Amino acid sequence: MRKLSRLRRRKITAPVLLFLALIVVGNAYAFIGATVTTSGATASNARSTMVDEGRQIFLRGCSSCHGLNAEGGGIAPALIGVGAASVDFQVGTGRMPLADMSQQAMRKTPVYNEEETAALAEYVATLAPGPAIPGAAQLTYERDGNTAEGGELFRTNCAMCHNAAGQGGALTQGKYAPTVMGVEAKYIYEAMITGPQAMPVFGEKAITPAEKLSMIKWIKAVESEKGLGGASLGKVGPVTEGLVAWVLGIGLLIGIAVWLTTKSR
Amino acid sequence: MKPARERIAGSVANFVDERTGAAKFLKKSLNKVFPDHWSFMLGEIALYSFIILLLSGTFLTFWYVPSQEELIYEGSYVPLKGVKMSAAYSSTLDISFDVRGGMLMRQIHHWAALLFLAAMVAHMMRVFFTGAFRKPREMNWILGVALITLGIVEGFLGYSLPDDLLSGTGIRIAQAILQAIPLIGTYAAFFAFGGEFPGLDFIPRIYTVHVLLLPGIMLGLITVHLMLVWYQKHTQYPGPGRTEKNVVGYPLLPVYMAKAGGFLFIVFGVTAFLGAVASINPIWVFGPYTPTQISAGSQPDWYMGWLDGLVRMAPPIETYFFGKTISWNILIPGLIVPGIMFTGLALWPFIEAWATGDKREHNLLDRPRNTPTRTAVGAMAITFTIVALINGGNDIIATHFSLTINQIMWATRISIFVLPPLAYVITKRICLALQRADRDLVLHGRETGRLVMLPHGEFVEIHEELSPQEAFTRTSHEQLAPIPVAAIDANGVRPKGVLKDRIRARISKGILQEQIAKPTAKEKLELGGGHH
Ligand code: HEC
Ligand code: HEM
Repeated sequence: MRKLSRLRRRKITAPVLLFLALIVVGNAYAFIGATVTTSGATASNARSTMVDEGRQIFLRGCSSCHGLNAEGGGIAPALIGVGAASVDFQVGTGRMPLADMSQQAMRKTPVYNEEETAALAEYVATLAPGPAIPGAAQLTYERDGNTAEGGELFRTNCAMCHNAAGQGGALTQGKYAPTVMGVEAKYIYEAMITGPQAMPVFGEKAITPAEKLSMIKWIKAVESEKGLGGASLGKVGPVTEGLVAWVLGIGLLIGIAVWLTTKSR
Repeated sequence: MKPARERIAGSVANFVDERTGAAKFLKKSLNKVFPDHWSFMLGEIALYSFIILLLSGTFLTFWYVPSQEELIYEGSYVPLKGVKMSAAYSSTLDISFDVRGGMLMRQIHHWAALLFLAAMVAHMMRVFFTGAFRKPREMNWILGVALITLGIVEGFLGYSLPDDLLSGTGIRIAQAILQAIPLIGTYAAFFAFGGEFPGLDFIPRIYTVHVLLLPGIMLGLITVHLMLVWYQKHTQYPGPGRTEKNVVGYPLLPVYMAKAGGFLFIVFGVTAFLGAVASINPIWVFGPYTPTQISAGSQPDWYMGWLDGLVRMAPPIETYFFGKTISWNILIPGLIVPGIMFTGLALWPFIEAWATGDKREHNLLDRPRNTPTRTAVGAMAITFTIVALINGGNDIIATHFSLTINQIMWATRISIFVLPPLAYVITKRICLALQRADRDLVLHGRETGRLVMLPHGEFVEIHEELSPQEAFTRTSHEQLAPIPVAAIDANGVRPKGVLKDRIRARISKGILQEQIAKPTAKEKLELGGGHH
């Protein structure tokens, strides 16, 4: 008896009991909930297996940083409420799983294939509501976008970090805004609604979905134009131009001057 | 009988000659002799690119509309169709996309501008490092400094004319620098812009300055500059047969004219080539200027980049006195430092004459190694400018070399104080080492790498004597002695102005004492043959 009461007074006891109680209640609820939904459709059945799959992948690949239940940890933020769009962007562009703790996650070849990414996104989406992945029906920028308006919006909202030509730019402390050229329309859209890394979120109030499509259309238009005026010299502006003027221009002319003056000797 | 063509040409020439005396003038001028060295053609590159600028610029004025009135773009560049913009920007887009040859001309004009400034800087370095600015050419040096200053302003104004996002950002910074002038800054800015920034007046105003005022002044100054070169005759590098009193080279006609004329077309060719293959200032990607927008990676052209770099590295210091804010962070890098640099540059011939006490005329150039202090000061100035220039591109360098802006900022903040003095010391050492090498060469000849065994078994390397010409070139320079300190006389009275003289004597000692003594004929004789 004394043993039991001692155990009850242990600090750990209360949380453990609470945990057990929660498991019991949670499982009971899940059981009841499950019995309700199984009578629904088989589609949602497939969906829940996808969520399960996503959870499995998450436990293997992401939980070390983001926590077992995506609740976040010392090094990585919680993923509760970031939405499927955020996961699709981060994993689809290869930024997650993070390879090293450098200044900023970089775009690389994705670790997971499309199905696995979709499963991960499904799983994270079940944790709490968040922005969904824009479907093809939503990304009708070719039809609905207005290029010129998109350019104006881009210059007003994005150029200060991503450069007016969308070539990317440096931020402080080694962070940077990557180039937006060659990025798939879906990811451009997702970046705006989820605000990855150092980027702010541009919600529906700031930039309407129609305006987002216009911006994508402008980006695609600039991306596909090539060779206007000749070699673009990396499109970084006067820095390379100055370099070319000195190295190629003056360098060549001095070379010729040397040649002209030695020939006569 | 001569063919009719020649007869007509002859009588026209006669007609002109009888009324102007041109033949005599031409004969005299065409027999003028020009020395031949590649570094003497740097000024020509500047001259020819200036001519290209005048021609291509004139072409651009036919279509450019210097107005900030707003209109809706209806030209053929689709991503901007329907955008509200100034007439200036719209007309520049039209030149690029809708005027035949317009894009090429715009690009030639801009490349020529970069080349013009670069050629001027290179030319100035040649004049500086060889001491061509010394008496009697100080005037021409000052004209040169005026030209380079005007050239920078002219280039900046041209860069501002298209009224795109990049140029507008540059104008905004220029306005900030204007405003930073203590007391009158705000008024000066209002005066220049005809009211608040950006207003409607600025572009029309700078247009007049860019196409009329500055080119006119520069054309005048260049004419005087060249007339002075003509009149004072060109300097020459030291060498056998070359003295302070003669000029060794080719007659203007036909040799020099042929070369110079050919070179004009080569400069034209290089500029046209760049204009044809390499895009420059693609204003259509930047969009029209609006004060509410800014682009990451905004940069000025390179000749302004070092100023931008200085402004970027200045720590944010402001003071507030008697209701007046003074922005030191802009005032110092934007006005005071360049002010000191350009004043020092203009006065350099006089500073040097004062410090060395050498006020004689010089028509023979110095080999840079023989004036270690001057060469080192030049290297110091170049290092300073390059460090500033690097910081001007810090954001581009950061993204392309995986560095952080903060790292580059701090590296350049420290380097701008540390590297120039270091460059000074190292350059001076290199110059002295080269003098020593010259001395060894003259005394011992050139190492041939051929080893010979003497009868008693000793190995020696055969040294080949320099030719008398080569030896002359290496020894013909004079080595000045430092100015002596005025001694206190027998009565213990210090001569007047002694402090000033002492300072000067000290400086001249710093400049002139460290020299490697030239080999004398006696030393050479004592060494005998060249087998050491
Ligand atoms: C090495 C640790 C690490 C691993 C492994 C990792 N992440 Fe992350 N994750 C981070 C960090 C740190 C951030 C926040 C910094 C950033 O956004 O760059 C982040 C951010 C995110 C975000 C954006 C959150 C938001 O606020 O929008 C998502 C989504 C995400 N991770 C998903 C994943 C998924 C899915 C996986 C597994 C495939 C994963 N991460 C694996 C460290 C990690
Ligand atoms: C518009 C720009 C300029 C043009 C077109 C120009 C042109 C020339 C030419 C063609 C010569 C003779 C050839 C030569 O020595 O290269 C010359 C000589 C000279 N220039 Fe310039 N120059 C310009 C700017 C400058 C600058 C920026 C400086 C220095 C601050 C300068 C200082 C001199 C001096 C001192 C000489 C005489 C050199 C000698 O006789 O050795 N010039 N210039």
